Amino acid sequence: MDFTFNDDLLTFREAMSRFLMTEAAPEMLREVWETDAGRSPELRGKLAEQGLTALSVPEDCGGLGMDDVAWSLMTQELGYYAIPDSLADTAYVSAGLIKALPAGTHDREALLGRIADGSVRIAVGHPVNPLVADATTADLLLLPWEDEVHLVPRALVDVIANPSIDLSRRLASLAWEPSSSTRIAAGDAGRRLWAEALDRGTLSVAGQLLGLAQRMLDLSVDYAAQRKQFGKPIGSFQAVKHHLADVATRIEFAKPVLYRAAHALAHGTPSAAIHASHAKLACGEAAWLAARHGIQVHGAMGYTWEVDLQMFMKRSWALDASWGDRGFHKSRVAEAILAEGAAIGPGHTFEVHA
Amino acid sequence: MDLVYTPKQQAFRAEVRSWLAANLPKAPLASYDTREGFEQHREWERRLFENRLSMVMWPEALGGRGCDLIEWLIFEEEYYGAGAPMRVNQNGQLLLGPTLMEFGTEAQKQRFLPRMAASDDMWAQGWSEPNAGSDMAAITSKATLSADGTHYILNGQKTWSTRAIFADWVFGLFRSEAGSSRHHGLSYLMAPLDAPGVTIRPIIALNGKQAFAEIFFDDVKVPVENRIGEEGQGWHVAMATAGFERGLLLRSPARFQATARKLVSLYQANRASADRDPSIRDAVCEAWMGAEAYALSAYHTVGRLAKGAKIGAEASTNKIVWSELDLKMHETAMRILGPRGELLADAPDAGADAAGWLDGFLFAQAGPIYAGTNEIQRNIIAERMLGLPKS
Repeated sequence: MDFTFNDDLLTFREAMSRFLMTEAAPEMLREVWETDAGRSPELRGKLAEQGLTALSVPEDCGGLGMDDVAWSLMTQELGYYAIPDSLADTAYVSAGLIKALPAGTHDREALLGRIADGSVRIAVGHPVNPLVADATTADLLLLPWEDEVHLVPRALVDVIANPSIDLSRRLASLAWEPSSSTRIAAGDAGRRLWAEALDRGTLSVAGQLLGLAQRMLDLSVDYAAQRKQFGKPIGSFQAVKHHLADVATRIEFAKPVLYRAAHALAHGTPSAAIHASHAKLACGEAAWLAARHGIQVHGAMGYTWEVDLQMFMKRSWALDASWGDRGFHKSRVAEAILAEGAAIGPGHTFEVHA
Repeated sequence: MDLVYTPKQQAFRAEVRSWLAANLPKAPLASYDTREGFEQHREWERRLFENRLSMVMWPEALGGRGCDLIEWLIFEEEYYGAGAPMRVNQNGQLLLGPTLMEFGTEAQKQRFLPRMAASDDMWAQGWSEPNAGSDMAAITSKATLSADGTHYILNGQKTWSTRAIFADWVFGLFRSEAGSSRHHGLSYLMAPLDAPGVTIRPIIALNGKQAFAEIFFDDVKVPVENRIGEEGQGWHVAMATAGFERGLLLRSPARFQATARKLVSLYQANRASADRDPSIRDAVCEAWMGAEAYALSAYHTVGRLAKGAKIGAEASTNKIVWSELDLKMHETAMRILGPRGELLADAPDAGADAAGWLDGFLFAQAGPIYAGTNEIQRNIIAERMLGLPKS
């Protein structure tokens, strides 16, 4: 029993954080926001060079062969720096789905190789999301048709943009026709792939929300330490301190929930979906509290376009309802724990064989 | 990351589980806030001790099993999962015990720890004073060294001392340097409560019982051998063991997971009436998620401690989380019970499913206040974890 990360993984995360600190400064985010595509191929290329797109691709397909546990740290970094890219949809969710296809089918190995080297963008149209993120700039789209999974070239899909308050979100509704040539799974296999994709999407967003929460807390702590009123930093006032202490507490107790969910996904634990939903709720609430208390601590400055806080708040507000809104995830948790004979209570946190 | 228990851990769990199944008291013990219940709980503690289960983390020489923190978490899960009695001597075992292990002399350890593990000595704490609550460094109770240097003379008043009316010993901080102020010049002392000059006046708590007390010291003689650490270093000694482990040990996650499970059962048994308020179902699920998060956080932190990490002000987040979770769960239970919620346990119409909730609800009110109010904890988080300036 060891519920911690190994040092290699923590070092990898540190390196990623240092890289993003210089490569994804808020000024750069603002520039990308202003572009039509809303994406920076240059940034994406650099992220691929760092190995982020190769993270969960198997080693024999040119990847790093890591799992959900690694993503639970990396998605926090994507969130902390509000990376204007749905990179995790390709490198984490799509890679996971394609990896689960039978070996040697549907160009599986070649596709995984392209994901690893960063040369393909895949958008995911999961049924739980009414709109598809990054459909316009995608090369391929994973799309549902009843219980089927289709891998569809961008050229076969009509895309209608739906602008979001978060300018780094590029959402679209789609029109397309399924065909046997695009179908990669159906029936039980299709349902299982979509279920796993849902849990990975959920965890991906949960990690980003937690990273966003930490960023908003850090920005607010900095502001409260600098800004003076009544002759002293507003951060010395108890009312302000307590707002920020509450955010810190919420973040501290969301982290292990995220990590538990990641481990459950990586190991195919039967209760993985419940842990993922719990993680998404905990991280989403931490992010929304960080936004609410963050803007309060920033005062009127927090309500401006100029101050960076807005970018992280909008990201949090938007992501909270993606990959299943709170109602969806709460229902999943409630169904599991309120079921007759549910294994809950002391000693059931992990699988126990006593 | 490896979330599988080792065979040794599984065997330990199985042993604790079967011992509890065979040895749990047949009927619930009386409240430990009464003399009768206090002695019943002492008897139970002795049975735990006889089977080296009272302090599983202590070394074997002191009556424990030398368990690590993971095994301790397992013990707690089995203990609270089985609905075993509350631990009556925690002030001694979990607050003073670790302090003695770190700062006590060999003679002090031999004299006090085994009797503490066996609950032969029951301990009360003497921190707060009428004018030193959240501001503990405002302590004025005095310890004056005798001319021959063999003993201290204690004078002053301590308060909010849990179950002191029934206890055998008290430990706490006293001002040993005349004219000193704040956290300077304090000494950490232990005194028997039957010593001449000690007067204990019970304070009736919210539950109508003598749950805590005031302790008056009137020229009470205490030998210098009863001082822990150096003279004048009492604050340092008290703070050194006030960190994470103490906080976690005092309120293990299993206790709150057991309450959450009980809340789920209460909701299921009263679903028809409970669902008239649509927010109740959500509160029940939140309770489970909160207790689970607290447990996961404990495992995560225990793992980090095992790898040599130091846990500082994060401990304050723990105190806030468990106390507010406990309160929320008991509030939810009261809302589910509706008009039955106010009924005392022996009221004919209270119903079996209501048992324990009212007592727990009353005690939960104290959670955000004792062991450092949650306002003090938030200040600690803001200043020491986030680095915000002092007010």
